[in-house]
Amino acid sequence: MNFNKIYALGLRHLYLIMNSFPRVLDLIYWPSVQIFLWGFISKFFTLNSEYYSNTVGVILTAAILYDFLFRASISFNMMFLEEIWSRNFTNLFIAPIRIREIITALTLTAILRTLIGLVPAALIAIPLFGVSVLNLGVPLIFLLLGLYLFGITLGLLVTSGLLRYGPSFENIAWASLFFLAPLGCIYYPIEILPLSLQIIAKGLPLVHIFEEMRNILMNNTVNYLNIFKSISISVAYFVFGVIIFYISYFGAKKRGTLMNMGE
Amino acid sequence: MFIEIKKLSKIYHQYLAVNQINFQIEKNKTLGLLGPNGCGKTTTIGMILGLVSPTEGQILIENKNIISFKRDEILRRFNFASPYVELPKKLTVKQNLEIYGRLYGVENLNDRINEISNDLDIKNFFQRKTGELSSGQKNRVSLAKSLINKPEILLLDEPTASLDPDIGDFIRSYIQEYKSKNEVTILLASHNMSEVERLCDSIIMMRKGKVIDKGTCSELIKKHGRNNLEETFLKLARGKDEL
Repeated sequence: MNFNKIYALGLRHLYLIMNSFPRVLDLIYWPSVQIFLWGFISKFFTLNSEYYSNTVGVILTAAILYDFLFRASISFNMMFLEEIWSRNFTNLFIAPIRIREIITALTLTAILRTLIGLVPAALIAIPLFGVSVLNLGVPLIFLLLGLYLFGITLGLLVTSGLLRYGPSFENIAWASLFFLAPLGCIYYPIEILPLSLQIIAKGLPLVHIFEEMRNILMNNTVNYLNIFKSISISVAYFVFGVIIFYISYFGAKKRGTLMNMGE
Repeated sequence: MFIEIKKLSKIYHQYLAVNQINFQIEKNKTLGLLGPNGCGKTTTIGMILGLVSPTEGQILIENKNIISFKRDEILRRFNFASPYVELPKKLTVKQNLEIYGRLYGVENLNDRINEISNDLDIKNFFQRKTGELSSGQKNRVSLAKSLINKPEILLLDEPTASLDPDIGDFIRSYIQEYKSKNEVTILLASHNMSEVERLCDSIIMMRKGKVIDKGTCSELIKKHGRNNLEETFLKLARGKDEL
């Protein structure tokens, strides 16, 4: 791994953000809207739901964590799409940077984009709704790690699709997370799902992450085994995502799509 | 031989884009790659750059198969410019050169950026976003990027396409001057015959994925009994003896 090259690719995306105020605004705007929307929904359920009574902020915390996942995935996809849109794809893939360095650079830079959007939104929630994700304590780090790895995995799978099918796969980039959200049990316990879907849902790290988040906030206990399980599943998916990315890259070389990507 | 292409083929699904082509380029020489649209020039360049996997054949660099090199090890020795491939539009010229300089592991990067920028006269729009530049300015920036690492092997795909005669001449003069001062082997794909005559030591003509002739410009003109390279190109491209 050459960290100078990883830094260079990260710098490319950092410059892109720094050069455009609307881009920064866009990064901050959507998470903030989410916080407002779910903040009021959270407030309503807290006052009117037996399940959520006396547990202020469970829904809002779930919304913040889900947005973290969403932003991580979208950030990864967006950075890849930027290369296609700017017709810089060929220049990037003929540069002496290894594929694993490209993946590492996108993975590390995605966290920056994610945090630019989410930190202000999470801070807004404190004075406005009296909810802080920091209430989750130290386990928050592990929950975020699991979410981040899974978000990046989804990003890897979508970018693999872009390599395989070209820019026409772009719409899937936006749809990918909405597809998994119902199975992630973000706002409700897994028991709500039909039994058959529960089996599928347990194969996703999201269920374990959001179940644990509720457990911490509602019962004030931490089940580290559940956290370990969620991270392990995320790591397994991440490895799978990397393999798929490599397969797609070699497939794209075979089909010649790297040469005219974006045209 | 510095670069040797041996029985190189590419089949996309059922379509034979490149058909068992053979050619060589001597070190520090410029080879022109000529042929009508769709004859396989871009696919050939793509295979040399590692963007397209050959279906068959070999690309040898100093008698060593290109696939035996590590990706970053071999690509560090290459660079490429084409008006059909752009640099990130929202980044300034300087930012783009800095990023590609870092990606290519260029030492004393600031000095190199200054040097190439002065040579190509791009300093006066250094802080402008690349997407805001004119075609001529973009081409010069693209050429600057392609020379940032002082490549041993430079691939140019129609470097003066869609440029006005003045800028086109500037680019051609610069490539000539650069080559006289630096050790670089160039593969130039072009449809501009005067450009090819001016810059290339020898040429290969492709048609329907095959190399149909090769030699120096004067050799080919003479061989085919034509007055200039353009007429020779037309004869070979059309595949018949009519003009």
